[in-house]
Amino acid sequence: MKKDIILCGVGGQGILSIATIIGEACTEAGLYLKQAEVHGMSQRGGDVQSNLRLSTDPIWSDLIPQGETDVIISMEPMEALRYLPYLSKQGTIVTSSKPFVNIPNYPDETELMAELDSMPSVVKLDIESVAKDAGNARGANMVLLGMAAPYIEILSVEQLRKAIAIIFARKGEAVVEANLKAFDCGVAASKND
Amino acid sequence: MEKKLLLGDEAIALGAIHAGLSGVYAYPGTPSTEITEFIQTNPLAKERGIHSHWSTNEKTAMEAALGMSYAGKRALVCMKHVGMNVCADAFINSAITGVNGGLIVLAADDPSMHSSQNEQDSRFYGKFAMIPVFEPSNQQEAYDMMSTAFALSEELKEPVLMRIVTRLAHSRAAVEVQAPKQENAFSPATDNAHWVLLPGNAKRNYNDLISKQDAMMQASEQSAYNKKEFPTVNGKKLGIIACGIGYNYVHEAVGDTMNVLKVSQYPLPAKAIEELASMSDSLMVVEDGQPVVEEAVKALLGKDYIVKGRLTGDLPRTGELTPDSVGVALGKSSKAAYNTAKNLAGRPPQLCQGCGHRDVYGALREIIDEYPDARVFGDIGCYTLGALPPFKALASCVDMGASITMAKGAADAGLRPAIAVIGDSTFTHSGMTGLLDAINENSSITVLPRDNLTTGMTGGQDSAGTNKYEAICLGLGMDPAHLHVVTPLPKNIPAIAQLIRDEIAYEGVSVIIPRRECIQTAARHARERKAGAK
Repeated sequence: MKKDIILCGVGGQGILSIATIIGEACTEAGLYLKQAEVHGMSQRGGDVQSNLRLSTDPIWSDLIPQGETDVIISMEPMEALRYLPYLSKQGTIVTSSKPFVNIPNYPDETELMAELDSMPSVVKLDIESVAKDAGNARGANMVLLGMAAPYIEILSVEQLRKAIAIIFARKGEAVVEANLKAFDCGVAASKND
Repeated sequence: MEKKLLLGDEAIALGAIHAGLSGVYAYPGTPSTEITEFIQTNPLAKERGIHSHWSTNEKTAMEAALGMSYAGKRALVCMKHVGMNVCADAFINSAITGVNGGLIVLAADDPSMHSSQNEQDSRFYGKFAMIPVFEPSNQQEAYDMMSTAFALSEELKEPVLMRIVTRLAHSRAAVEVQAPKQENAFSPATDNAHWVLLPGNAKRNYNDLISKQDAMMQASEQSAYNKKEFPTVNGKKLGIIACGIGYNYVHEAVGDTMNVLKVSQYPLPAKAIEELASMSDSLMVVEDGQPVVEEAVKALLGKDYIVKGRLTGDLPRTGELTPDSVGVALGKSSKAAYNTAKNLAGRPPQLCQGCGHRDVYGALREIIDEYPDARVFGDIGCYTLGALPPFKALASCVDMGASITMAKGAADAGLRPAIAVIGDSTFTHSGMTGLLDAINENSSITVLPRDNLTTGMTGGQDSAGTNKYEAICLGLGMDPAHLHVVTPLPKNIPAIAQLIRDEIAYEGVSVIIPRRECIQTAARHARERKAGAK
């Protein structure tokens, strides 16, 4: 079994924390993993992405070929669309529904959402509001990971929860609980979709 | 055996520590920065007291690493590809002196220019210096090779070059690690004739270096990192030479169905290439970066043998390799199911909200609008983003330090006002020698060394000149009447603009230092203080 994931968003939105948690869960589960990240100049408010490849067998390329991505996990709706050529025909897009507008030529939001909705498999949610309602305004990325969890398949929801606990452990129990709560909200929202 | 999830950069760092490293010397530069950062925080490196303080530039780093090697210890020097240009004098001559303790020069190339000004391929430098080059294909090899490369360096008594690319540097995978080796004993070199490069000595050493070429070739032909994977003996089909991470893309595309010669150690294993050529009707070279191997293979096999690659257009001439470009070159059709989205806009990086660079550009924008011939010569760092909207303030950005010297040259030609903007770390890296030129000739330039107390672009590393900028400028001979320090805040923009106007009117060198901490490091320091207070 193999799952190819593109994590994306805008520099500073916290996609590398999601990558770290999936990486931790993979290591615990004894899966093969390759995780290509973007560092340097593009982190300054520009588009950022990370290619994550999870597999029960050894992986060759660090980058995912076009048309082979199983899940696009995006902190921002337009950024989710940026990687369409990489999405497999049966692939799923899991994304925040709230645009992050820091450029003058951001596309028309109605048309953007229509294009997103035209895709066969899309899960979208205002993750910032959900995180705020759950009492963890900074946990939007954990809500997103929760929404994506049922589609990652090669890792169980429980394995991802465990990884969250391990990664946030050094920040104390309260932080762990808050992030698990945000994650659970995402999982619940995804199932209702 | 223990497994760790490591970036390519981290695998190199840990591989070096476990191989008995005694010192790393480096100037930050994407995608190489994380190597030194890893060593700075590694517990074993701390316990052993391994040197890991940042150097002022790549040349000082290279020379200090050579000094550590002279003393018998294993040393590593790391840089991004363009850093090789800065340290080239020391680097090339280190092959003439040879080494005592093992010395690895690591160059991190950036094909596709994710964070760079060019796509230069450091393997050329290896050939130029006539030393072995290693090019790992994955994180495990990156770790393992450090030990092999140090051993080869000490066996040949020559430095070796390790070349990686962005995709390996910044990609994580599990790495099996070995028990750490002890550091070398302190044993300074005694053979002065080898280390004093007077012409007579240098000539003898150069002949020594040439006489070692056969041994280097032998090491390549026998290297476990250069693998012959020849599953189809018959058929005379296309054979593949796959270098570094290109090897992964070949396997991703065609599995193990084709004859592949994996190359991860240079000089190129000529016999292995001839063997592959004899059982193939043509060859394709899959290499990230410039067509270094393609040209060499073409020369080796003669003009009648078909060699495909970047020069023939079978692979893209520019940019990093991808599994898609390699797949297409090998006849695989793309699986892409969806076209590029319609509702899509580029999202370029930008200066952080609240950054002091924004306020300096706010003031410079006023100046540019007032003086039709004004030019602001830029430099390398976050502030290069001032070239983009809304500021559009920069006339140039070329290499580390070029802002001051280009402004000087333009001023020599009569351009007024000639303004230079340069970051604090870039200024000590390569800007202050140019300022000395300008001061010595009293050139009419206005220099803004923008001091944010850190090396911002690469993530906030220590800057070599912090707290010393006024002293440096005065020491170089600056007239104190034309040396100013200002605080770049939105409310101060009018005053800063006025000061720039006043100094533009002065026919001589002016230095205005806008000083305010980078908001990223300021936030990090605040978090650290909060954590410390708990």
